[in-house]
Amino acid sequence: MQKYSIFNLVKNAFSNHKNWDLAWKDPTPKEEYDVVIIGGGGHGLATAYYLAKEHNITKVAIIEKGWIGGGNVGRNTTIIRSNYMHDENGLFSEFGMDLWRKMSQDLNYNVMFSPRGIINLAHSDAQMNAYARRGNSMRLNGIDAVLLNREEVKKIIPMADFSDNVRFPIFGGLMQPSAGTARHDAVAWGYARQADSMGVDIIQNCEVIGFDVSAGKINGIRTSRGNIKAKKVGLCVAGSTNILAEKLNMTLPIETHLLQACVSEPIKPVLDNVVTFGAGHFYVSQSDKGEMVMGGDLDGYNSYAQRGNLPTLQHVLTEGIAMMPFLSKLKMLRTWGGIMDMSMDGSPIIDKTHIEGLYLNCGWCYGGFKATPASGWTFAHTIAQDRVHELNAGYSLNRFSTGHLIDEKGLGTKTWIS
Amino acid sequence: MLYINCPHCGMRSQNEFSYGGDASVKRPELNKEVSNQEWDNFVYNRKSLRGKHLELWQHISGCRQWIKVERDTATHEIFRTFKADEEVA
Repeated sequence: MQKYSIFNLVKNAFSNHKNWDLAWKDPTPKEEYDVVIIGGGGHGLATAYYLAKEHNITKVAIIEKGWIGGGNVGRNTTIIRSNYMHDENGLFSEFGMDLWRKMSQDLNYNVMFSPRGIINLAHSDAQMNAYARRGNSMRLNGIDAVLLNREEVKKIIPMADFSDNVRFPIFGGLMQPSAGTARHDAVAWGYARQADSMGVDIIQNCEVIGFDVSAGKINGIRTSRGNIKAKKVGLCVAGSTNILAEKLNMTLPIETHLLQACVSEPIKPVLDNVVTFGAGHFYVSQSDKGEMVMGGDLDGYNSYAQRGNLPTLQHVLTEGIAMMPFLSKLKMLRTWGGIMDMSMDGSPIIDKTHIEGLYLNCGWCYGGFKATPASGWTFAHTIAQDRVHELNAGYSLNRFSTGHLIDEKGLGTKTWIS
Repeated sequence: MLYINCPHCGMRSQNEFSYGGDASVKRPELNKEVSNQEWDNFVYNRKSLRGKHLELWQHISGCRQWIKVERDTATHEIFRTFKADEEVA
């Protein structure tokens, strides 16, 4: 593989950049693989990468129905954080933060990781208390957390509404200074390029039609480009999880819902951090291009549409304007939607299944992007070793029947107020 | 914007409704032993169909009645609506 470096950049400049290698190949599917990962999103690509890197398993295929970067990995709002209270989520996400910090070097691809800090705003004394508690839990798990009072928040985001007559006055906030953003396409491309260079076949435009299961064991998959034998199969398909689960006669604690995001026209730098509204569900950051990147609630009903509806967008942006009134002056540049695998307790599932050799990675709800490296790393471990790692032990499929839910925010498939 | 034909009030915008999820889920009969798996299926497990999906909505800013709606989850087309106690053929 051609290394990306300043020297290669200069060298290729002499040939007008026409001689760069393709970032990854376009192979035809082989007859058999050790591991087949279904879903070429961020998590699937990361899983294949860590299978090769950490476990020396390189006879791996990624089967993608569409194209690399076309699903949720290219549709999210690029936020990376580990500001969770529960141990399972905190330790898992903080492990991921370490991978994020090293990612650009690790992948030889600039993912533009920008640890600019995230601030969750509080709008009441009770919320400040809850944030103090969450901040303490975070610090006990080695995650940085700073409780800010109103004046401290005002210094960081003076453009927010600090006037007297507001419905939801800002009392303060909880900040995780090491949180931030990254370029989401670069994450997909970087993982794809490295996985490919280590021998992983990335097979695009290939839809999974069925599974070959006999005597409780997976033997392979049937695809639109022929049958593929596999010793192990990992499901990593986010909003399409239920469609594939149905082919396996599995019913999962997952509903597929639509989540929208939008960006404004680009403006000069105004917002240094990621900021979330505490009296509803709205978050905003500013991209390197200057666009305000915003998102919030689900559309609220089961959907596979990959495009959103106006009432939710209006509701979300109303919250945004309540928090930062200047947003009302901006023109909207783009809105889009992605389909989310919403789990019933709001936390993910990375686990084995009752079918031998079949592994499940789903339930990412609002937080799939930031989990990309940790999800790939632990899923690769689970597949390679045929047992869960302690980091994803809590993300079990049977926690719903045993009652060990991880209800971080009490947010599952339902929106806050509906 | 979805338009839902409330069987009690007529055609209204989605803003008046609140979503209640899969309408095909049945609470287990309580006059018999109920297994953990049955509770699991009732409380958590969902088919989340792509295509025709029978679901509950509540006309929360209207008559406040729960209704059933047959809707396509990929195109959002609404085919039929029913009163909550109406049997769907």
